[in-house]
Amino acid sequence: MELIGYLFIFLGVLAFVVSAIGLLRMPDLYTRMHVGTKSTTIGTLLVIVGVIFIEPQWFLKLSLIVIFILLTNPLSSSVIARATHRDGLTLKNDEMKEITK
Amino acid sequence: MFNIAIVILSSALLLTLYRFLKGPTLSDRIVAFDVLSIMSISLLVLLSLHFQRELYLDIALVFGLISFLGATLFARYIEKGV
Repeated sequence: MELIGYLFIFLGVLAFVVSAIGLLRMPDLYTRMHVGTKSTTIGTLLVIVGVIFIEPQWFLKLSLIVIFILLTNPLSSSVIARATHRDGLTLKNDEMKEITK
Repeated sequence: MFNIAIVILSSALLLTLYRFLKGPTLSDRIVAFDVLSIMSISLLVLLSLHFQRELYLDIALVFGLISFLGATLFARYIEKGV
Protein backbone atom coordinates (compact mmCIF):
# COMPACT_ATOMS: atom_id res chain seq x y z
CA MET A 1 0.00 0.00 0.00
CA GLU A 2 2.81 2.37 0.92
CA LEU A 3 4.62 1.49 -2.31
CA ILE A 4 1.57 2.40 -4.44
CA GLY A 5 1.29 5.66 -2.53
CA TYR A 6 4.91 6.59 -3.15
CA LEU A 7 4.49 5.69 -6.83
CA PHE A 8 1.65 8.22 -7.09
CA ILE A 9 3.70 10.82 -5.17
CA PHE A 10 6.66 10.41 -7.54
CA LEU A 11 4.39 10.74 -10.60
CA GLY A 12 2.97 13.97 -9.17
CA VAL A 13 6.38 15.41 -8.36
CA LEU A 14 7.56 14.60 -11.90
CA ALA A 15 4.54 16.51 -13.23
CA PHE A 16 5.72 19.47 -11.13
CA VAL A 17 9.20 19.26 -12.66
CA VAL A 18 7.70 19.17 -16.17
CA SER A 19 5.65 22.24 -15.29
CA ALA A 20 8.68 24.14 -13.98
CA ILE A 21 10.78 23.31 -17.06
CA GLY A 22 7.88 24.41 -19.26
CA LEU A 23 7.65 27.70 -17.38
CA LEU A 24 11.31 28.33 -18.19
CA ARG A 25 11.27 27.15 -21.80
CA MET A 26 8.02 28.44 -23.30
CA PRO A 27 8.24 31.61 -25.41
CA ASP A 28 5.33 33.76 -24.24
CA LEU A 29 2.74 34.14 -21.52
CA TYR A 30 -0.17 32.11 -22.87
CA THR A 31 1.89 28.98 -23.54
CA ARG A 32 3.54 29.40 -20.13
CA MET A 33 0.10 29.57 -18.59
CA HIS A 34 -0.94 26.41 -20.45
CA VAL A 35 2.02 24.52 -18.99
CA GLY A 36 1.88 26.15 -15.59
CA THR A 37 -1.74 25.52 -14.68
CA LYS A 38 -2.70 22.17 -16.20
CA SER A 39 0.26 20.09 -15.10
CA THR A 40 0.29 21.58 -11.59
CA THR A 41 -3.34 20.56 -11.19
CA ILE A 42 -2.60 16.96 -12.14
CA GLY A 43 0.56 17.00 -10.00
CA THR A 44 -1.30 18.09 -6.88
CA LEU A 45 -4.02 15.52 -7.51
CA LEU A 46 -1.46 12.71 -7.86
CA VAL A 47 0.46 13.74 -4.71
CA ILE A 48 -2.74 13.91 -2.64
CA VAL A 49 -3.98 10.55 -3.98
CA GLY A 50 -0.63 9.05 -2.97
CA VAL A 51 -0.93 10.47 0.56
CA ILE A 52 -4.47 9.03 0.75
CA PHE A 53 -3.02 5.60 -0.11
CA ILE A 54 -0.45 5.91 2.69
CA GLU A 55 -2.68 7.48 5.38
CA PRO A 56 -6.32 6.46 4.69
CA GLN A 57 -7.68 8.08 7.87
CA TRP A 58 -6.99 11.57 6.45
CA PHE A 59 -9.35 10.93 3.54
CA LEU A 60 -11.88 13.65 4.44
CA LYS A 61 -9.52 16.64 4.71
CA LEU A 62 -7.44 15.56 1.70
CA SER A 63 -10.53 15.17 -0.50
CA LEU A 64 -11.63 18.64 0.67
CA ILE A 65 -8.29 20.04 -0.57
CA VAL A 66 -8.72 18.15 -3.88
CA ILE A 67 -12.23 19.52 -4.45
CA PHE A 68 -11.05 23.03 -3.59
CA ILE A 69 -8.11 22.86 -6.01
CA LEU A 70 -10.29 21.44 -8.79
CA LEU A 71 -12.72 24.33 -8.31
CA THR A 72 -10.33 27.27 -7.97
CA ASN A 73 -7.29 26.44 -10.11
CA PRO A 74 -8.95 26.69 -13.58
CA LEU A 75 -10.86 29.72 -12.36
CA SER A 76 -7.78 31.69 -11.34
CA SER A 77 -5.88 30.82 -14.53
CA SER A 78 -8.88 31.86 -16.63
CA VAL A 79 -9.10 35.17 -14.77
CA ILE A 80 -5.37 35.87 -15.27
CA ALA A 81 -5.59 35.00 -19.01
CA ARG A 82 -8.63 37.23 -19.53
CA ALA A 83 -7.03 40.16 -17.73
CA THR A 84 -3.82 39.83 -19.75
CA HIS A 85 -5.74 39.59 -23.01
CA ARG A 86 -7.74 42.73 -22.23
CA ASP A 87 -4.52 44.46 -21.28
CA GLY A 88 -3.41 43.91 -24.88
CA LEU A 89 -0.72 41.22 -24.93
CA THR A 90 -0.62 39.12 -28.11
CA LEU A 91 0.97 35.77 -28.88
CA LYS A 92 4.62 35.77 -29.91
CA ASN A 93 4.17 33.45 -32.90
CA ASP A 94 0.70 34.44 -34.01
CA GLU A 95 0.04 32.36 -37.13
CA MET A 96 -3.53 33.52 -37.55
CA LYS A 97 -2.34 37.12 -37.91
CA GLU A 98 -0.23 36.27 -40.96
CA ILE A 99 -3.00 34.20 -42.52
CA THR A 100 -5.59 36.96 -42.28
CA LYS A 101 -3.18 39.68 -43.38
CA MET B 1 11.86 7.58 -0.67
CA PHE B 2 10.46 10.66 1.04
CA ASN B 3 13.74 12.56 0.83
CA ILE B 4 14.03 11.97 -2.93
CA ALA B 5 10.48 13.27 -3.47
CA ILE B 6 11.25 16.38 -1.40
CA VAL B 7 14.48 17.05 -3.34
CA ILE B 8 12.71 16.77 -6.72
CA LEU B 9 9.87 19.02 -5.55
CA SER B 10 12.32 21.64 -4.23
CA SER B 11 14.20 21.69 -7.54
CA ALA B 12 10.88 22.38 -9.30
CA LEU B 13 10.20 25.14 -6.76
CA LEU B 14 13.60 26.72 -7.43
CA LEU B 15 13.07 26.67 -11.21
CA THR B 16 9.70 28.36 -10.78
CA LEU B 17 11.23 30.90 -8.41
CA TYR B 18 13.74 31.80 -11.14
CA ARG B 19 10.86 32.54 -13.52
CA PHE B 20 9.16 34.53 -10.75
CA LEU B 21 12.23 36.71 -10.23
CA LYS B 22 13.12 37.09 -13.90
CA GLY B 23 9.71 37.20 -15.65
CA PRO B 24 9.53 40.07 -18.16
CA THR B 25 5.94 41.18 -17.54
CA LEU B 26 3.71 41.36 -14.47
CA SER B 27 1.48 38.54 -15.75
CA ASP B 28 4.45 36.17 -15.92
CA ARG B 29 5.15 36.84 -12.28
CA ILE B 30 1.51 36.26 -11.36
CA VAL B 31 1.44 32.91 -13.19
CA ALA B 32 4.70 31.89 -11.50
CA PHE B 33 3.23 32.92 -8.14
CA ASP B 34 0.15 30.77 -8.80
CA VAL B 35 2.33 27.77 -9.66
CA LEU B 36 4.53 28.38 -6.57
CA SER B 37 1.52 28.44 -4.26
CA ILE B 38 0.06 25.22 -5.69
CA MET B 39 3.46 23.51 -5.36
CA SER B 40 3.72 24.63 -1.75
CA ILE B 41 0.26 23.19 -1.02
CA SER B 42 1.51 19.76 -2.01
CA LEU B 43 4.78 20.42 -0.14
CA LEU B 44 2.69 21.03 3.00
CA VAL B 45 0.76 17.80 2.39
CA LEU B 46 4.03 15.87 2.07
CA LEU B 47 5.38 17.50 5.25
CA SER B 48 2.24 16.52 7.15
CA LEU B 49 2.86 12.95 5.96
CA HIS B 50 6.45 13.09 7.21
CA PHE B 51 5.83 14.65 10.63
CA GLN B 52 2.48 12.82 11.14
CA ARG B 53 0.71 16.10 11.96
CA GLU B 54 -2.84 16.47 10.70
CA LEU B 55 -2.72 20.20 11.46
CA TYR B 56 -0.63 20.94 8.36
CA LEU B 57 -3.54 19.86 6.15
CA ASP B 58 -5.63 22.73 7.53
CA ILE B 59 -2.76 25.10 6.80
CA ALA B 60 -2.62 23.75 3.23
CA LEU B 61 -6.35 24.37 2.77
CA VAL B 62 -6.17 27.95 4.07
CA PHE B 63 -3.05 28.59 1.99
CA GLY B 64 -4.88 27.48 -1.16
CA LEU B 65 -7.74 29.86 -0.36
CA ILE B 66 -5.42 32.82 0.23
CA SER B 67 -3.38 32.14 -2.92
CA PHE B 68 -6.54 31.94 -5.06
CA LEU B 69 -7.64 35.29 -3.65
CA GLY B 70 -4.20 36.77 -4.34
CA ALA B 71 -4.11 35.64 -7.97
CA THR B 72 -7.61 36.97 -8.59
CA LEU B 73 -6.78 40.31 -7.00
CA PHE B 74 -3.62 40.76 -9.07
CA ALA B 75 -5.56 39.90 -12.25
CA ARG B 76 -8.13 42.54 -11.33
CA TYR B 77 -5.26 44.98 -10.80
CA ILE B 78 -3.94 44.30 -14.34
CA GLU B 79 -7.39 44.76 -15.83
CA LYS B 80 -8.75 47.78 -14.00
CA GLY B 81 -5.95 49.33 -11.97
CA VAL B 82 -6.20 50.08 -8.27
